[in-house]
Amino acid sequence: MSEEDPKASGAGAYWKENIRLLVTLMAIWFLVSFGAGILFRDFLDQFSIGGFPLGFWFAQQGSIYVFIVLIFYYAWKMRKIERHYDLDD
Amino acid sequence: MSTQMLIYIFVAVSFALYIGIAIWSRAGSTKEFYVAGGGVNPVVNGMATAADWMSAASFISMAGLIAFMGYDGSVYLMGWTGGYVMLALLLAPYLRKFGQFTVPDFIGTRYYSKLARTVAVICLIFISFTYIAGQMRGVGIVFSRFLDVQIEMGVVIGMAIVFVYAVLGGMKGITYTQVAQYCVLIFAYMVPAFFISMMITGNPIPQLGLGSMVNDGSGMYVLQKLDSSLQAMGFSAYTDGSKSMIDVFCITAALMIGTAGLPHVIVRFFTVPKASDARKSAGWALVFIALLYTTAPAVAAFARLNFNGTVNNTAYAEAPGWFKNWEKNSLIAWVDKNDDGKMEVSKGDAFKGSPEFTGGTGPEGQRLVSNQILTDNPNEVYVDKDIMVLANPEIANLPGWVIALVAAGGLAAALSTAAGLLLVISTAISHDLLKSTFKPDISDKGELLAARIAATCAIVIAGILGIYPPGWVAQVVAFAFGLAAASLFPAIFMGIFSKSMNKEGAIAGMVTGLSFTFLYIAYFKLWNPDANAADNWLLGISPEGIGVVGMVLNFVVAIAVAKVTTAPPAEIGKLVDSIRVPRGAGEAHAH
Repeated sequence: MSEEDPKASGAGAYWKENIRLLVTLMAIWFLVSFGAGILFRDFLDQFSIGGFPLGFWFAQQGSIYVFIVLIFYYAWKMRKIERHYDLDD
Repeated sequence: MSTQMLIYIFVAVSFALYIGIAIWSRAGSTKEFYVAGGGVNPVVNGMATAADWMSAASFISMAGLIAFMGYDGSVYLMGWTGGYVMLALLLAPYLRKFGQFTVPDFIGTRYYSKLARTVAVICLIFISFTYIAGQMRGVGIVFSRFLDVQIEMGVVIGMAIVFVYAVLGGMKGITYTQVAQYCVLIFAYMVPAFFISMMITGNPIPQLGLGSMVNDGSGMYVLQKLDSSLQAMGFSAYTDGSKSMIDVFCITAALMIGTAGLPHVIVRFFTVPKASDARKSAGWALVFIALLYTTAPAVAAFARLNFNGTVNNTAYAEAPGWFKNWEKNSLIAWVDKNDDGKMEVSKGDAFKGSPEFTGGTGPEGQRLVSNQILTDNPNEVYVDKDIMVLANPEIANLPGWVIALVAAGGLAAALSTAAGLLLVISTAISHDLLKSTFKPDISDKGELLAARIAATCAIVIAGILGIYPPGWVAQVVAFAFGLAAASLFPAIFMGIFSKSMNKEGAIAGMVTGLSFTFLYIAYFKLWNPDANAADNWLLGISPEGIGVVGMVLNFVVAIAVAKVTTAPPAEIGKLVDSIRVPRGAGEAHAH
């Protein structure tokens, strides 16, 4: 993380860091749902966890669990970033 | 005690609870009426959001739809949950920081234009009424199935209940009622699911049961057995589905983005105390939603497996009890095409349309239908997809109180969603049109009264739509999501993430997205339904998924128009800066 220049902190740097985090998390969001659940489903279906073909599992179970983790991770990480820039509410 | 008696008791007790909560939490000011005073705990708000979000369709119909769609049903599962990630990451905290009451408030202020606000109000009313007509109908159907009253009477009772707690309590009343409704509906959904999972796989957790072996000694996994039994009956495999990949992709995306753009969902995040609470609250909402949404596919697979096993090739005389029960309720029908007394289940429709019973009975005692029998396929059984949830307690041989619980749960789901929608409609009228556009000097008391009158009118209109459903209601559910994705979502998103987006761009974008999506859906659903086939669709995208194309058009047009028109004034840049940081109420203190 960009700890290098706390002096230049403030709204601008905070926003940049937020955008970087957003892009990463939205990429994961896209990969688990549209990626694993739809586009690469046929490929993933040759593997299985328990009785689930893997692509099918992502489409009907796994993507939803990842969504939850993504939101709570974002909420936690943003709290940290906001405290760092002294912008928390 | 008879099951019918138990149903009456459960429903009456739950209604008394909702009304009691409403009286306890009446709204005294517009702030309480619109956003519950803005002090709702994020976990409580998450629970209320979940109840608001999960309608009668989620509770009763979704598992049945998935049971018959197999893999294709994933569009609903991912589509109606993934939107919360977009809400939590892209919209909710900023809108909360902006800190007013409604979505048109934000669009009107950010785009410094009454016209933009009015366009947003039109989008909002259109989206919400489409959605609510289906909800009121759902209330009526649940009443008529469980309480033996006419659908019309059911709608009227539902209207009366919603009237009491929505008009009296506003957002504050609705929020706490929805918490109670969530508890009722999730309990009602999970109990039968546990028992069915236990019965079929020996594992009581449905999410795990779906990936376990069937406990009939065959050594096959649930999905494996389902695939092979369906293929033997002439269907495609459960885990395969039949929609094209691009259509699955677009429908999922339209539902996700539409979810993030639905005004009655967004407004829930105005009720928490802080911007950071809005993020957390969206997370909790998804936890509570996911409980039902990860159970539904398991219920779907178990119900289909059980249906195949107990109905297909069984003599009607030996049909399970629930089969005949729901035949009495007109949700199941059997026509003996080959006169062998056995019920054959296969691909295709047994007859045209939904069953019209003649009143007579056939040689085996089955109810006869007057529909035109379709002889091009061997399927003999008509089954309403809602059966998959409604008959669950009977399939698992659960006692009468569980059936009563499911009735109360279905009503909780329908009422909570209807109330949330009514509130955004009345807010749009009293706040966005009356207060902000026509009569800015209205007092807080006057506005509160106007909000209550608007809510009353909206309930009456919704009720009339529920009693006399225009033929298109069921056809246009796709409208709500597609329109939200194509109109409101891009305007809000660019309002936060782009400082250069101006009013001309935003308005042009909303109008383009809305008209394109509206015309495409209306063409295939209303004006020329015969042409509604993959060959005629744009790029193979069905009307359900077209909102994504509308959204892309919205973005493209908005950005192009904004490039050639004047940049927004300097104070808009400051406004955007201030909503981007959580601290402070007015200007950002960070500078």
